[in-house]
Amino acid sequence: MNAHDQRHAARANAPTTTYLYDAYDKAFVKSRVDEFREQVRRRLDGALSEDEFRPLRLMNGLYLQLHAYMLRVAIPYGTLTSRQMRRLAEIADKWDKGYGHFTTRQNLQYNWPKLVDTPDILEALADVEMHAIQTSGNCIRNVTADQFAGVATDEFEDPRPTAEFLRQWSSLHPEFSFLPRKFKIAVSGAKEDRAAIKFHDIGLRVHANERGEAGYEVIVGGGLGRSPFVGKTVRAFLPRADLLAYLEAILRVYNRFGRRDNKYKARIKILVHETGLEQLTREIETEFAAMDRAPFAFDLEEFERIRGFFAPPPYETLPARSEAFEEARRKDAAFDAFASVNVTEHKIPGYAIVTVSLKPIGGIPGDATSDQMRVLAEAAERFGFGELRVSHAQNIVLPHVKQDDLFALWRLLDGAKLATPNAGLISDIVSCPGLDYCALATARSIPIAQAISERFKDLERQRLIGELGIKISGCINACGHHHIGAIGVLGLEKRGKESYQITLGGDPTLSAAIGELLGPGVVAEDVATVIESLIEIYLRERREGERFLDAWRRLGQARFKEALLREGEDGADI
Amino acid sequence: MTKATHPQILLASDLRDGEVLFLGAEGWVRDARAATVAQDAPAAAALEARGKADIAANKVVDVYLAEVELDPALGPRPLHYRERARLVGPSVRRDLGKQAQADKVGS
Repeated sequence: MNAHDQRHAARANAPTTTYLYDAYDKAFVKSRVDEFREQVRRRLDGALSEDEFRPLRLMNGLYLQLHAYMLRVAIPYGTLTSRQMRRLAEIADKWDKGYGHFTTRQNLQYNWPKLVDTPDILEALADVEMHAIQTSGNCIRNVTADQFAGVATDEFEDPRPTAEFLRQWSSLHPEFSFLPRKFKIAVSGAKEDRAAIKFHDIGLRVHANERGEAGYEVIVGGGLGRSPFVGKTVRAFLPRADLLAYLEAILRVYNRFGRRDNKYKARIKILVHETGLEQLTREIETEFAAMDRAPFAFDLEEFERIRGFFAPPPYETLPARSEAFEEARRKDAAFDAFASVNVTEHKIPGYAIVTVSLKPIGGIPGDATSDQMRVLAEAAERFGFGELRVSHAQNIVLPHVKQDDLFALWRLLDGAKLATPNAGLISDIVSCPGLDYCALATARSIPIAQAISERFKDLERQRLIGELGIKISGCINACGHHHIGAIGVLGLEKRGKESYQITLGGDPTLSAAIGELLGPGVVAEDVATVIESLIEIYLRERREGERFLDAWRRLGQARFKEALLREGEDGADI
Repeated sequence: MTKATHPQILLASDLRDGEVLFLGAEGWVRDARAATVAQDAPAAAALEARGKADIAANKVVDVYLAEVELDPALGPRPLHYRERARLVGPSVRRDLGKQAQADKVGS
């Protein structure tokens, strides 16, 4: 940490409220690009075999998928500048096929890069302070955070300085570059959890103790995949000064005791499950007490330097309510629908948080064309201090928009097909790429999302149904987070055909829950129909203001099984 | 690997650009219609041997056999939907992948 230039701090005229690389960061990323360029050259020359090269390319985010290579670009804690978004668009045009896919890990994936072009792509990313380091491999992955960080009304502290602090600690950490399995950390600093912290290897919730001091609830062992678990709290309050040392202790215990004999049992969630919370906590605390903490002593100066980058932008002093905004809502029903669904209250009077849905009706969840990326960059520049966020629900957020500007912003977005008013509604579906792209997938997931979206395309009906998260994965690895969807869909292979299991009751928030299986799988053509039946039951039985998830909790799974039975009687493959 | 009961073709990915390739009579081809079809185990083993040689020569990666049925119009058609997808491209973007090329391949 001390290698950083302490004089390099947030500039008063900085275009955004995001971390800016200093000379140390730039040299670090540049050296990594040079190193990978050399590794690619040696691979093409035959000096490296594929077995030797694979872990190197994966550590740089490069996969080999069904139809082509895939490059996963890190978007640290989901924060992007407009300049970076423009560069992502340029890369899509120059080296890919004119689009990118925003993922449930707040990253971006290109589906068609060539190996020979990848060093140039990484160099283009490095020019705008981006990279693909540790977006794959058995290491600490991109640290994720609340997409409303710094602007939410329920926030105790912006989680991004902590996330950036951890990113620097974990980047090429020599002891944790070859862990038993991948390791994911998420940070939230608000009352409401929007970062799914209970479903990460480590979840951190920034909060205050009784003396008002900031610290962390440390949650360990959450995860999805083939064995989903809700994370468990190992420390209700960890003083900030102990953050790095304590995480170091957790990772050491995992590195020592995590199973390396079976990749399916290698995540820390399995260690927590098999060891038991009490004993594992004891192991962590023992390591923490015994370790030499000096190398991990909290560097307040560095933390404050980082925090300086995330200072609020120069907001204007405005009335809490914009007359222009309210007038536009009254005059334009489409804008009013957008405002009621995609606009969230901001902590600063007169401002708003805007969620830009990447889920047009019948579209591919998370995909954005290069033209759309440029419009998003323009929107951020004109209306939002040049800053954007990526949410784990695969949407884009503009975190600082004046209410006075909302109508003009909406018109700009609408012209680029980016104004679908469905944030948080039934067609705001999370979906992994599935068997349309992914080499691991056992079934397609995008066409299922498209069919459901088309089935519920009536936006008025969507609003009637209300908040509802559908999440779809194309295999047991659960990149589409199906376990934590109020309605989850898992695509599998059954007797040589794609088959889809449906789960109900998943919850990614602090009231975390893993969805329960509704029954045997159904064929692709029946998924939307089964969901329609589930919705009918919900609409019939719900109480005033009751969300789908709450109605399911009250009514129970058995009540909803009727939907599946009905489809089974019609001859579905169950 | 279970014993093959159908003819087989050899698939791979191009090392340099990642595109799906099929082993043909004269070398790797990008259209499955030009793939060499192994009708029996010795012929399949011969395909695999050529594939392994090209892995060693750093031309291709991820080489494996896939069972096919022969369609007179479309050529070899993999039995499994995963490999059928690899012959054409993403089902949700018909403008991309092999299916987008002028002389479209069948699925």
